[in-house]
Amino acid sequence: MIVAERKPIEEIVKLIGDCRHIVLAGCGTCVTVCGAGGEREVSVLASQLKMHYRQKGIDVDIREVTPKRQCDSEFVEDIRAHVEGADCILSMACGAGVQMAADRYPALPVYPAVNTEFIGVAEEAGVWAERCQGCGDCILGITGGICPIARCAKNLLNGPCGGSHGGKCEVKTDRPCAWHLIVERLSERGKLDVLEEVLPAKSWWTDRSGGPRKVVREDMKK
Amino acid sequence: MSERKFEPKIVAFCCHYCAFAAADLAGVMRLSYPTSIRIVRIPCSGKIDIIHIMKTLERGADGVMVVGCMEGQCHFIKGNFMARRRVEYAKKLLEEVGMDPKRLEMFNLSSSQGPRFAEVSREMDARIRELGPSPLRPKSGSNEKTENVKVA
Repeated sequence: MIVAERKPIEEIVKLIGDCRHIVLAGCGTCVTVCGAGGEREVSVLASQLKMHYRQKGIDVDIREVTPKRQCDSEFVEDIRAHVEGADCILSMACGAGVQMAADRYPALPVYPAVNTEFIGVAEEAGVWAERCQGCGDCILGITGGICPIARCAKNLLNGPCGGSHGGKCEVKTDRPCAWHLIVERLSERGKLDVLEEVLPAKSWWTDRSGGPRKVVREDMKK
Repeated sequence: MSERKFEPKIVAFCCHYCAFAAADLAGVMRLSYPTSIRIVRIPCSGKIDIIHIMKTLERGADGVMVVGCMEGQCHFIKGNFMARRRVEYAKKLLEEVGMDPKRLEMFNLSSSQGPRFAEVSREMDARIRELGPSPLRPKSGSNEKTENVKVA
């Protein structure tokens, strides 16, 4: 899932400026699961904003809506019923959702209320960790299902480096060294010989370096 | 604002098994505790959600208490620990928007602590009286209607 974190309230208030009719739009998918921008977080932020403004004697009109997916042209339509007379849309979706809302409702400023962080997993309740960088050329089949692109601070294709100490990474010492994990896992499987083959330099053309990417499935188009 | 003496409104979310039983016991023992305390019974303090706390304060309550079982004695094993974490988080949310986090507190009681329930109620009542009325109280001066927010 895409993992996000809510922005500090001061930043949100600054973005909103003097807007007083606000559509507060969450998203029912990734940001719901990671507790950043689902229906509940929309409700909590709405409550916080009302508290903030009412203490200053300002009444705000906050319209809460949480489409199933804000990044989907079908579902982002759910916001439309709330935009009449609104001054802005405050989106709690990931960056993709914010942009979809901005494209769909171009007359209104759309402000992000969360920072989109990474593609990751829920390691345990309340803990999310990065697992995928979306490089466009997956090598998990070779590396024992552990991604050195996303989980090695140096994106090494042949590791570990000299900064791996006791299974921890030198860049963030509380994080495991991805290559340590890879070697451990392949050893357990008796497949360590896979690593005898030196991986060639990766083409980053499929990553963001090649510019914004697009996937087209002709069979699914209307 | 009227010159009427400030009478706080404090909502106490009490777990069914301990806190509510303690409140009940306080009543059975004919112990008096402040009339500012409004009890809402919940199945377990772990049932409390941050949004319950936020909405209660947003709609003009002067204080909120979350009262669960003693630590280690929760009927649902760890509900009261979950409640405590949520209360701590909600305090941060309140602080972020300039609300005094002291308006919110978590207490732990056993079902046999009727006198303690009366005591924490008095403590909370005294604290809220010192803090004064919530800045979110309805402006009208009316003591009753609290919600005037348009919901689209």
